[in-house]
Amino acid sequence: MPEETKSPPSPGGGEPKAVKPAAPAKPTGPVPVAWESPLVTKLKRQYGSGIHEANIYLGQNYLVLDTSITHEVLQILRDEEQFDYCVDITALHYPTHEKQFELIWILYSFPRNQRVRIKTRIAEGEAFPSSVAIWPTANWLEREVFDMFGIRFEGHPDLKRILLPDGWEGHPLRKDYGIIQQDQKWVQINLGIESGQ
Amino acid sequence: MLDYITSYLGMNTTPGQAGNVFWALVYIMIVFGGVSVAVMSMNWLERKALAHFQIRLGPMRVGPHGLLQPIADAIKLMTKEDIIPSEADKFVFWIAPLIILCASFTVYIVIPFGPTHAITDLNIGILFMLGVSSLSVLGVVMAGWASNSHYPLIGSLRSSAQMISYEVAMGLSVVSAILMTSLNKEGTGTLSMIGIVQAQQQQQIWFLFKFFPLGFIAFAIFAIAMVAETNRAPFDLPEAESELTAGFHTEYSGLRWSLFMLGEYAAMIAVSSIAVTLWLGGWMRPFPNTLTGDTWDLVFSLIPGFSFLGLALIAFIGVVRMPKHPYFKIQTLGLAGFAAVLALIGLVLFVPAVRDRIQDIFWFCAKVAGFMYLYIWYRATFPRYRFDQLMKVGWKVLLPIAIGVLILTAIAGVLF
Amino acid sequence: MTEPTTYLSHLELGEPDKTYLDTNELIINMGPQHPATHGVLRVILKLDGEKVLGTECVIGYLHRGVEKIAEHRTYTMFNPYVDRMDYVAAVSNGLGYCEAVEKLLNVEAPPRAQYIRVILTELNRLASHQLWLGTHALDIGAMTPLFYTFRDREEILKIFEKYCGARLTTHAFRIGGCLYETYDGFEGDVKKFLDFVPSKIDEYEELLTTNRIWVERTKNVGKISAEDCKALGVTGPVLRASGVKWDIRKAMPYAAYSEFDFEIPIGINGDTYDRYLVRMEEMRQSLRIIRQAVERIPEGPIMAKVPKVMKPPVGEVYHSIEAPKGELGYFIVSDGSTQPYRVRVRPPSFVNLQALDLMVRGALVADVIAVIGTLDIVLGEVDR
Repeated sequence: MPEETKSPPSPGGGEPKAVKPAAPAKPTGPVPVAWESPLVTKLKRQYGSGIHEANIYLGQNYLVLDTSITHEVLQILRDEEQFDYCVDITALHYPTHEKQFELIWILYSFPRNQRVRIKTRIAEGEAFPSSVAIWPTANWLEREVFDMFGIRFEGHPDLKRILLPDGWEGHPLRKDYGIIQQDQKWVQINLGIESGQ
Repeated sequence: MLDYITSYLGMNTTPGQAGNVFWALVYIMIVFGGVSVAVMSMNWLERKALAHFQIRLGPMRVGPHGLLQPIADAIKLMTKEDIIPSEADKFVFWIAPLIILCASFTVYIVIPFGPTHAITDLNIGILFMLGVSSLSVLGVVMAGWASNSHYPLIGSLRSSAQMISYEVAMGLSVVSAILMTSLNKEGTGTLSMIGIVQAQQQQQIWFLFKFFPLGFIAFAIFAIAMVAETNRAPFDLPEAESELTAGFHTEYSGLRWSLFMLGEYAAMIAVSSIAVTLWLGGWMRPFPNTLTGDTWDLVFSLIPGFSFLGLALIAFIGVVRMPKHPYFKIQTLGLAGFAAVLALIGLVLFVPAVRDRIQDIFWFCAKVAGFMYLYIWYRATFPRYRFDQLMKVGWKVLLPIAIGVLILTAIAGVLF
Repeated sequence: MTEPTTYLSHLELGEPDKTYLDTNELIINMGPQHPATHGVLRVILKLDGEKVLGTECVIGYLHRGVEKIAEHRTYTMFNPYVDRMDYVAAVSNGLGYCEAVEKLLNVEAPPRAQYIRVILTELNRLASHQLWLGTHALDIGAMTPLFYTFRDREEILKIFEKYCGARLTTHAFRIGGCLYETYDGFEGDVKKFLDFVPSKIDEYEELLTTNRIWVERTKNVGKISAEDCKALGVTGPVLRASGVKWDIRKAMPYAAYSEFDFEIPIGINGDTYDRYLVRMEEMRQSLRIIRQAVERIPEGPIMAKVPKVMKPPVGEVYHSIEAPKGELGYFIVSDGSTQPYRVRVRPPSFVNLQALDLMVRGALVADVIAVIGTLDIVLGEVDR
């Protein structure tokens, strides 16, 4: 259970493709399997319906949680379940969904040598409590999420842009931001040129 | 007039002592020219030796093996635009490098190249040298102040603090060497530079080896302190570019900057000659007491000629190894000419009349050259000290040891 | 959003004891252009005389939008982009990305390809550590090790050039394996390299390890405890020098690392000197791995069967490797099309740089440069 395996027990894989190289019908790829573990049982007992999903996909465990309980679960994971290392915090933007942003925490536990992904959905304009108090790593990671997606984190000591210049408008990693789009106003004021293109 | 000039030639003292202004001026010209040539060669040697330490070649293009590089640098620096910061104090800005230069060059008055080969022999020679070389600290502070920018100011304050701290240790180790000069029958010591070397000659031992290891430790303290005095690695934090505050000479460009470098190299040679005079026997040839006798004298007197011939040989080997391509023709000819000049000097040094006179100067310069090489070696090898560690070494390590050596030397002098 | 924010709002802690005299606080900017910041990094220091009260890193000068570009390129087209992030250790970046996509596609590279990958990645680790050593020593003032390490690094770059045509941004691996078969004489070259390099590493150690000035400049400088490392997410040699024996090659092995016998060096104090020793020992362990790999390299195909047009099934995967700088992770989200929906690169230098503030509190200005050097950051990776 703790290790990530490269070849999970699922249909699909190399062999059928070699036999039928131009097969139009793709064999079904790996599917998420339910994740059974004491951790999941405990969380389900505590939060019940707040845990939307607890699955393993390609050997990697993930939990999809309700937004309201996510911050508490993160705290529990750090305090009780020994997930003391926050590997990454990132986000995804699904413009067509009702709750557009999906926040993702990737956590790792040194004692258990186990990784887990925590996912939750928030809507546009909704703020989320910051995890800086739980893991100091989250400081710059959340600043980057804010910079790229525009998701605000409440309680962050210093939420400002990190990779882009301070006066930039727009959040590039959103799907409605063009690939060569730039903040023309900033470019004109600060660089003194008409356009960056 | 002619009598005035020729009357000195029979005398056996330095022109300053003889009061002969004409010959004093001649000697000053010679020394000044010699030091300038030495500084330019030092510039070349530093770049080449540092490069060879770092497995690269160094300047190769300007002259054969970069021999004309210092001249090219001098021309470049002279033709550069002279930038003065707009808010700078112009007079102080102008005079700061001059103070350093004058302080560094004035000490050459008393440096003894031989028993009578000095411009003059003040009877407070060593005190004069230490005092005047301390004046360069004033120039450093003025340079930082006049630049009207807080980075050079901080750098110059650091640099001056460093120089002042290490002067204390330097001075104390010098005192212990002076103490050794008084260990003769009359019980009188001397501060004059020529007198110090003559005391070593009289006591038949270089002060380096006297009361071993006391003389050696005093020498080591002076050797470390002199590196710190001249702001060279590993004590070159005020000058280093990768530290936060740049040095006091940041705002200087072109010729003014080259005056700083000139002053720095001249100071290096000056303090090395103090070390050579005080501990290494000045102009005396190696083993003056163990290998005595006419044959040994003859052998040692041939060494200057042989060393120049050796240098000429190295240059000839360089000529042979030059690429055989038309582009390199001029360089090959130039190097061959240089080798020929060296060989000629070597041959001239075999002539007995020249041989006897040149002995002292040669040995003195050879020892100072050794120190110069050590300076370059330190720069290539050691990382830099942090400023607080630098001050700690100066005050908490060198100073107590210097005091201890002084006391022990005094005790040893009384006992033995 | 348009007014500039003040930078030092959070640096109120760590004030010196105020006497009735004015404290001499100075705000100094180690600007983006500086010989010692290894790239375009701006560090704003709040100093009290020489002591550092607080720092703030301003990054983003090298931000190229790699993650945004990834959403508009196919998986194979994005492969060369990952080299440009940590341009010093490009092979590792490529390894992480290819393995992440292979995981998503649910294929495994054949054994021969994995061995080739291990050999090249370990050579890359050696090259990266050599560059680190040269530049770190130069910052502290020793100018000679730079030239020695670069000379030896040339040999590695020659091997890379013979293998895939590029020295620095190699693009050595493909999704599914390696594209190029090892050239004739590859094993010979690597073995010759393995014979001549250990004495060179000894040379570097001889110059620095027992040098009194080096020890004084690096001991007790930039100390960070193991707990702080874990809390701040610092990985790589920094974490190991603080005493945590954790290396992804042993904890979650990838690409044939489980078949090799090597050790993980750890330090005791977590200061700059320990990080130096840990990286020197890592160089030696890399040589050990390469030696084992080169002797046992198996025959066989070098490319697995992957479709020409890659459309991984819908899903996401996070895969991380032990890059020379720390844990380099790729979080790839696929929506079933030929272009990834999101590629998130978890850069080790970015997270490690956060620890700078903690490490230089109370230290002197000259130590800031030593600590930036010892964190071994590459701005291409910090900014992406």
